[in-house]
Amino acid sequence: MKITPLNQQHKQLGARMVPFGGWEMPVQYSGVIEEHLAVRSAAGLFDVSHMGEIEVKGADALAYIQQLTINDASVLVDGQIQYSAFCYPDGGVVDDVTLYRFSADHFMFCVNASNIDKDFAWMQKVLADTELTKVLLTDRSPEFAQLALQGPKAQRILAQLTSADIDQLIYYHFKQADVALVPTIISRTGYTGEDGFELYFAADKAQRLWTRLLEAGAGEKLIPIGLGARDTLRLEKKYALYGHELSESITPLEAGLGWITKLDKPFFVGQAALKAMQAQGVPRRLVAIRMNDKGIAREGYPVFVDGVEVGTVTSGTLSPVLKVGIALALVKASAAAVGTELEVGIRQRRVPAEIIKPPFI
Amino acid sequence: MEFPEDFLYTEEHEWVLVEDDIVTVGITDFAQDALGDIVFVELPEVGYQVEAGKTFGVVESVKAVSDIYSPVTGEVLEVNDELPDTPELVNTSPYEGAWMLKIKLDDPAELDLLMDADAYQSFVEEEE
Repeated sequence: MKITPLNQQHKQLGARMVPFGGWEMPVQYSGVIEEHLAVRSAAGLFDVSHMGEIEVKGADALAYIQQLTINDASVLVDGQIQYSAFCYPDGGVVDDVTLYRFSADHFMFCVNASNIDKDFAWMQKVLADTELTKVLLTDRSPEFAQLALQGPKAQRILAQLTSADIDQLIYYHFKQADVALVPTIISRTGYTGEDGFELYFAADKAQRLWTRLLEAGAGEKLIPIGLGARDTLRLEKKYALYGHELSESITPLEAGLGWITKLDKPFFVGQAALKAMQAQGVPRRLVAIRMNDKGIAREGYPVFVDGVEVGTVTSGTLSPVLKVGIALALVKASAAAVGTELEVGIRQRRVPAEIIKPPFI
Repeated sequence: MEFPEDFLYTEEHEWVLVEDDIVTVGITDFAQDALGDIVFVELPEVGYQVEAGKTFGVVESVKAVSDIYSPVTGEVLEVNDELPDTPELVNTSPYEGAWMLKIKLDDPAELDLLMDADAYQSFVEEEE
């Protein structure tokens, strides 16, 4: 099992450690609900060093990325970030990623931890299938640690440790500057729906930055956050998680990622299949479900409309903010309208629920 | 972590308090700590027949669903009606506020299969 540079820090803080995508990661420190509410009301610090970083360099970098990804990378300017995905030729998803543009011939993908090796192999295969020669791919994941500082107090905390004008840094943009004297990629992004930053820096500086950030945030009620709250925070905002809402058998059109699927681009892997799906009608849709009675929908539970099974829950939890069960589910397009009343099969019961307009909060 | 001396325990981390032929059942401090914030509890109704080693309900944390196993066989005489509305009692008061069922014991010999507090303490230390 792989560990991040902060493994000992997590254990000393009393975190409960669990296996996640081949990594030993903290699932909670003080408790999922407390951690969740801290991020919504103040700030939280996440060790996300397990995430992967794959660099693309060279004169043909942009042309290659345009073929590899479903979003339109040509609209990016230096210092800008884009949410995107890689698809297989049949439209299934290899991974969902964020793309960082440093310059016209220098980009970086942040990819899901459990997909790093698969993604890198896929990227090499796609490159080999092109005519492009001036592209250099490097998996730099082991060199990087990554921390996410999220919550309404995030900027105030980070500002104590950097002279960079982060108040000028807008959402989905990044800059390179020192944080606590550590050269850092400061990215105004996150997976919580709150304001915040994702910080990329050399792995051997992880303990320094972790400690300095927790010290700087002590007065703002900053606490460390585990993967448990990371999951509930993203669910309240209907953010997809690979392996649940996205997979090789779920297309981005089905998963509600039509807004990043640029079917009119000249070419990308999976484009033909996705165009065909769009033309024929997307068969399934990812919907946001709120339980109308006691009970928590969980991954794999069946969803019914008028007694007929119409789909399956992909993720579910109790919303720490709303105090009711919330879930995402992949259902037949004919049953996907907001306001649709349905039932979730929870063990021997059918519990009433309703499709709501996301996000949940 | 506390394991009251006068209780009996199962390997699935339920506790049992015996009073004549009626036993009270809940889950242990170790179990609630391992599960984290409990947000949902589902219990059977009065009159339900539980069977030793078979599930009778579930507790859910934010992250996961866990079955609860009956330590004994018998009829459910009483159910803690407060738990569905205040599942956090499982975390704050596992041995008192969060008792789950009172069961009319069919066969007292089943109790011989359960652990006392010392044995359970050792069992938990091995699991950790």
